[in-house]
This record gives sequence, C-alpha cells and structure tokens, in this order.
Amino acid sequence: MRRDEIVEGDALHPGDPVVIDRYSTAARFNHWMTAASLVLLALSGLALFHPALYFLTGLFGGGSNTRAIHPWIGLFLFLGYMGLFFRFWKVNLWTPTDGTWLKKLHVFLIGHEEDMPEVGRYNFAQKAVFWWMGILIMISIASGLVIWEQYFAAYTTVDQKRWAVLIHSVAAIVMICIVIVHVYGALWARGTMTAMIKGRVTGGWAWRHHRKWLRELAADPKANRGTATPAE
Amino acid sequence: MFPPLPNPSTAPGPARFGDKDLIRRSASTVTPPAQRQTEVAKLIDVSKCIGCKACQSACLEWNDQHEEVGVNTGVYDNPHDLTPASWTLMRFTEWVNPETQNLEWLIRKDGCMHCEDPGCLKACPAPGAIVQYSNGIVDFVKENCIGCGYCVKGCPFNIPRISRVDEKAYKCSLCSDRVAVGQGPACAKACPTQAIVFGTKEEMKKHADGRITDLKSRGYKNAGLYDPPGVGGTHVMYVLHHADKPEIYAGLPNNPKISPLVELWKGVAKYAGFAAIGALAVGSVLHRLVAGRSEVSREDETNAQRLAREEETKERASP
Repeated sequence: MRRDEIVEGDALHPGDPVVIDRYSTAARFNHWMTAASLVLLALSGLALFHPALYFLTGLFGGGSNTRAIHPWIGLFLFLGYMGLFFRFWKVNLWTPTDGTWLKKLHVFLIGHEEDMPEVGRYNFAQKAVFWWMGILIMISIASGLVIWEQYFAAYTTVDQKRWAVLIHSVAAIVMICIVIVHVYGALWARGTMTAMIKGRVTGGWAWRHHRKWLRELAADPKANRGTATPAE
Repeated sequence: MFPPLPNPSTAPGPARFGDKDLIRRSASTVTPPAQRQTEVAKLIDVSKCIGCKACQSACLEWNDQHEEVGVNTGVYDNPHDLTPASWTLMRFTEWVNPETQNLEWLIRKDGCMHCEDPGCLKACPAPGAIVQYSNGIVDFVKENCIGCGYCVKGCPFNIPRISRVDEKAYKCSLCSDRVAVGQGPACAKACPTQAIVFGTKEEMKKHADGRITDLKSRGYKNAGLYDPPGVGGTHVMYVLHHADKPEIYAGLPNNPKISPLVELWKGVAKYAGFAAIGALAVGSVLHRLVAGRSEVSREDETNAQRLAREEETKERASP
C-alpha cells in the first residue's frame, strides 16, 4: 500500500468518533516555537517599520534592544522552519490533484468541500503556505543578514543594503498576510485547532478535509490501530 | 575675504535655537515653528584648501572624539574613510585635466551636507533620533538612536557611521552646540586659508559668487557652487573649480537624491503593506460572516468509522 500522505507517527484509532494522531508532540512543539518566533518577529519588525507602531519596542525593552534581538529571533525562526520543512516536505509535494483543487477554489471558499477533489494530508492552500513561507523565510534571512548592521555592515554596499531593506519589508508583509490566512483557515475549519494543540483530529474531520490521507491511514496496517492485532 | 565670526561674549546667554525650532523630527510629526530662523550654511571652497587637516583635528578636538591610530596605505587620506569618530575627512584625488594635461590635486573636505530634505531623517525609525532645526542643521540625538543603520541607507552622500562601541550613529553636527551660542563650526574656526567659512546661507551664496567669478577669471570656466537641488539644497556647500563634474572630487555625487528604493520603502511599501494586511483581516471576517464555519457533520464521522472498519477487515482477510 502506498503511504504517500502519511508521516511517521500518524495513527488511526477506531472508536466513536474515530481519533487520528496528526501531529506528534515534537511536531507541535516545533510548530509553536516557529509560530512564537514569527509573532515576535512581526511585532519587533513592525515596530521599526512604521512610527505609529514604534511603541511595540516597549515589549522588547526599548528601541536598541528591539534592534538587537530581532535578527536573533530571525535565526530561531529559520531553525524552526527547517525543522518543519524536514518533517513535512514530502507530504507537501505537488500532485495533479492540487491543480484540480485550485481550479475549484471558489467552491471551497463557499464551504462546499464535499464537491472538491479528495486531498491528502494537505490541500493546495496548505501546501502553498508551506512553500511560500519557506521561500519568504529564505528571502528574509538573506536580506536580513545584509541589513544586520551590528555584524555584517562591512560586507555589502549601501545600495545593496537599500535593496535588502526593501525586499525584507515586502517579504515580511507577505508573510504576515500568509499567517493571517493560515490562522483564519485553522479557526474557520472547526476541529482543526485540536490538531496543533492536542495533536489529534476526529475521523470525520479527516473524512471531510483530507479523505485521501484518511483512506491511506485506514488501509495501512501500521497506521490503522484496529482492535485486532495486525496480520503477520 | 569673508570676515571671520567674532568671538562671542563669555557671559552666559540663552541658546539661539532649540527644540522649539524643529522643522522635522524622525518618526514623528512636529508642528513647525511659525517663524523659520535664518538658514545657516558652511561653505567649503575646494580651490582654497591646502589639505592640512586642521579641520579634522579641530573636529575631533571640539567634539571630544578619539580616532584610532591608522595605517598608511600610500595615500594622504587619514583615516581612510569617515568613522564614528571622524565626522569630517579630507579626501585627496589626483586628477589629470584632459584639456590641459595638468595634474590637479583635488582636496575635498567630506562630511554631512545638512540636506534641506534629509534622507537619513526620512529613513530613521526611532522618534527623535534625527532632528532638523529651522536654521537647516540636521542633528543626530544619541539618546534616541537605536543603531539600526537605516540612516546609512537613507543618506545620498554615504555619511553616517555606526559605532561598534555603543551601536549609535554619528556624523557632523555642524557644531550645533557652537552655532547655538553664535559661533561657527570648529572646522571653520581652524581653517588657516578660509577655505571653510560659515554664515547665513544667503551670505555664503554671495561669498561663493565672488569666489566663482575669481576662479572663472583665472581660467576655471566651469567653476561653480555645489548646492544640489535634488535634496532641496544643502547647508554645507562647495565651491568647485570643476562644478560640471563633481564626481571627480572623490565621488561627490552629481545630482544626489534620496534613493528611489528608500522612497519606495518608506512610502508605498508602508501604505500598501498595511492596506494588504488590513484587507486580509477584513476579508477573513467577511468570509466568516458570509460562508459561516466549516463544520464536520455526524455523517462525516460515520463515514470515517465505516471506512476504518472496512479497511481493517480487508487487512485481516488478506494473508
């Protein structure tokens, strides 16, 4: 049986309702560390982006401290994302279904998910978040190093720094937009937050949102922890 | 000759300008004073400079800065670039005039130009770290500086330097403390040839006119005043013998402007960025109101149970 959509640790426990382990403790810890650094980066970055938000530097102990700490949180975000990347890159690979799914995006948006093609562990939108965040984090790290005045000022020209600071701001804005969509999506689809909080979802949730993943889990003797002992 | 400023009285008196005279304050909005002070300016006559570096010494001395002992690399420039301590620097250029084949030794005193439209101030994110007084002086306020280096990106002349000791930005203050008590900058005071003079901007332009006429009468047909309009004019101006090509003076920019990248970053990016974030936030709320929540039904749960059971049975049946 193919296990294209299954990640190590995914398991199905029959019952009423069916309970599925979607995110291990390590994966959730990894996710929330990444999320926390993103929030801190957004707050400290926005504080230096617009004067109206300069008061946010108060959260970090003043302007100089905000300036000093922001890049370090950036490195932390990078590590966090790399963790998520190696954990989930395989199940975020492009499949032909994603193209079909995107064409019917409007159907998805009005809430008729039953009319959408069956998707695996992640749908098109989730994969887009995964890859775009990766690309934008790489861009932010690269441009961020260029404008990390304290340690890297000497390595680039002023004009390169001007490009970097512009690119860094635009990448950050796009990331904040993606995070808004990401968080909204998780809140919109009821039953999703438990995946990242407790690590579990119900079978019905998987049936509705990730049926291909559910089918693989059910058909996989290792993942389907049925009542009977697995066939030898 | 421009008469040097007389020494001021030693009796204490009020400062000639202060916070009430701010016309710009970084990352803040200020109400400019109703009455603008007479604009001041420093005029640097490059044709009169002998490269003695008395201005550099006077600058270090007055501002209590200490330059590190450097290394000679075979050029006269010392230090090799502006530093957090050296707010002014003689830049030496050996230039062969293509028309006369004469070797001309061009010496330009580099430092902050005190732009009327200061790019450093525009880029600065820290409220009050950079201020502009109505007399034209652009000053860095160390207490408010956070050391981000945005001023470096904003400056069209590559002037501010960030100290690695205290992570604060430094540049020429046009000796705002001296000007406040009626004195000229320390560099002007020390200059032995009056290549540096200080007064009102009008006086300086008039004085420059005389100098330019003199230079033209001596064959420098392109002599002129460097007061670049792209930054709204400056409060440090040069008399150049070759004003048609300022770049030969150790890269003095021809028609400097705040970089369009900085304008974009501090302009459109800011507003478009917040608009995009706001639109998505509002869009999410609207979507929730229109489309409702995506709910998992009882039927979904039953389907999942059936599927799990069926597949398990299949597995058990298979060898």
